[in-house]
Amino acid sequence: MSTATARQAKPATMAQALQRAMRDAMSEDPTVHVMGEDVGTLGGVFRVTDGLAKEFGEDRCTDTPLAEAGILGTAVGMAMYGLRPVVEMQFDAFAYPAFEQLISHVSRMRNRTRGAMPLPITVRVPYGGGIGGVEHHSDSSEAYYMATPGLHVVTPATVEDAYGLLREAIASDDPVVFLEPKRLYWSKADWSPDAPAAVEPIGRAVVRRQGRSATLITYGPSVPVCMEAAEAAEAEGWDLEVVDLRSLVPFDDETVCASVRRTGRAVVVHESTGFGGPGGEIAARVTERCFHHLEAPVLRVAGFDIPYPPPMLERHHLPGVDRVLDAVARLQWEAES
Amino acid sequence: MTVQERPGAAYRPTPPPAWKPRTDPAPLLPDPEPYRVLGTDAAAGADPELLLRLYAELVRGRRYNAQATALTKQGRLAVYPSSTGQEACEVAAALALEERDWLFPSYRDTLAAVARGLDPVQALTLLRGDWHTGYDPNEHRVAPLSTPLATQLPHAVGLAHAARLKGDDVVALAMVGDGGTSEGDFHEALNFAAVWRAPVVFLVQNNGFAISVPLSKQTAAPSLAHKAVGYGMPGRLVDGNDAAAVHEVLGEAVARARRGGGPTLVEAITYRIDAHTNADDATRYRGESEVEAWREHDPIRLLEAELTSRGLLDEDGVRSAAEAAEAMAARLRERMNADPVLNPMDLFEHVYAEQTGQLREQAAQLRAEIDAEGGEGAHGAEGDAR
Repeated sequence: MSTATARQAKPATMAQALQRAMRDAMSEDPTVHVMGEDVGTLGGVFRVTDGLAKEFGEDRCTDTPLAEAGILGTAVGMAMYGLRPVVEMQFDAFAYPAFEQLISHVSRMRNRTRGAMPLPITVRVPYGGGIGGVEHHSDSSEAYYMATPGLHVVTPATVEDAYGLLREAIASDDPVVFLEPKRLYWSKADWSPDAPAAVEPIGRAVVRRQGRSATLITYGPSVPVCMEAAEAAEAEGWDLEVVDLRSLVPFDDETVCASVRRTGRAVVVHESTGFGGPGGEIAARVTERCFHHLEAPVLRVAGFDIPYPPPMLERHHLPGVDRVLDAVARLQWEAES
Repeated sequence: MTVQERPGAAYRPTPPPAWKPRTDPAPLLPDPEPYRVLGTDAAAGADPELLLRLYAELVRGRRYNAQATALTKQGRLAVYPSSTGQEACEVAAALALEERDWLFPSYRDTLAAVARGLDPVQALTLLRGDWHTGYDPNEHRVAPLSTPLATQLPHAVGLAHAARLKGDDVVALAMVGDGGTSEGDFHEALNFAAVWRAPVVFLVQNNGFAISVPLSKQTAAPSLAHKAVGYGMPGRLVDGNDAAAVHEVLGEAVARARRGGGPTLVEAITYRIDAHTNADDATRYRGESEVEAWREHDPIRLLEAELTSRGLLDEDGVRSAAEAAEAMAARLRERMNADPVLNPMDLFEHVYAEQTGQLREQAAQLRAEIDAEGGEGAHGAEGDAR
């Protein structure tokens, strides 16, 4: 980052960075349309689309009827006619009515038409817990999306990535499920939208913290948890590396495996359920590729295999720093066996 | 002192703010009887050229259905959902549109797609099983044949909406069966279309059954066209075996959409003479007398009678239409009897704009497997998949 852009940097929230990403994309490309329930006049329940309807008009930032399948289904037709819809699913669990459109059409239109009909649709889904939301407002649904070929699945953990990855998602000629960790919406960073250094193609993981003794593989809302755990682990003599996946599909085997080969130990951390969750896939990939480098089994720290709990109990469910540190301690495999 | 504490001053509730319906529902309601042209006084006004064109397409469509069904028996098609008995809807759908318009067919609407100019073999690719969509949808503006029910309807709405935003006077025609009207996507599509005043026409081909379930178990609505009023769009009922009537009603709906009048829901009352597909046994859920009654009300016979009585068609005309249809069937049969040449490596094409690392690895694996088999793919020699 140059000195000039560094001077322009000032505190911004992830929500503001996301909004800026949409505004910039809409300014540069008249085919970009934002649509969803409450995205217009209200600016979204999280205010992520605040001001877009005023600036670009209701035809470009549209309050739709309350119907997720209809929102995504009409977006398909709009994309067929050359537009780039950015649709908002207000909360994770509200996206489920749109699943058929996503799985039966959005994900496979390019494939079934042999490339004649690509669908450049971005599906923004605020996801995950930690904000005290009631039932159906805190699901981590990434495994469902990951299991569907044809979709990209992306989730930012920093303000810079929120901007950069959303720009990438909107520019992508493929459908992208863009998972926004809603408990990070208000996280702040000194950020300048003029610093495009963070913009990288979808599909690259990044090492957030370098270390030698074990790798924490994580993404989205669990990245700050892992960073904090890594700081805390220093006191125990653990020098932890933290890999932020940024993109679950495509999966960056290269960055992940390079890290694990360096450290010899790995823990996958996410708040989605463990059974059938992303961690199982990631642990299997790492084991298949790095078995001879591993000093211990790849461990998973995940949410419990329960429906997302009521808000007053969610702190017991969400993997926190202590649970991560416990797993790190269990990486002393030789001592146990 | 509050109102309630004030001595003697009883609280008088004010009436609620005035409410009235946003739209007068009467003009949206369908006529009680399906609209007919053939065999009525209205037939005198029908354009002879159009009727003859409809006739040729009907005859060809009937023969196409018979040929495709025969191909399932020969194992050339995995399955074929015949539209025999419903040809009038199929043909009118295609002919009601301009070239720039879009058609969103369901899996039973191969005929409508072919009538729009699609290569008959490419239109059968999905059902043969060598690819999901055998044609470029942009070429004739025909969306992929949709297997999930009613899911293509919101696509039609979105496309029409996008076209209007771009200033193009393009209309989208979306086809669905009676069973499909029970799906949530049917509701959402109609609601979006009406709210956006999108230039869309919804054509419900009510052929009596959703596989085996009769309409009486599908809906309690007075008619499917009545559903329109709930969305704020006009509903129209038409005799779906009367090609002239379907063409007229659809033509009006398309013209209305094109001039910014918004969407229309058309219900065409028709009947599926064949079973749901070749895999279905229709005798389990309906009697032969019912089928016979509908055979009497056959779309080809209706049109033929009209054309004959007006002196527009004679025996020679009937014979030449039949011969043209036969020639089409022969060509189709011949082309369908050739094995499609498939390239297994196509499996990894077009999943994403750019192949992911994971797919590159899997493609390499399949390549190695094929090489180990002696370079032969699963279906004959490799090469251009077309």
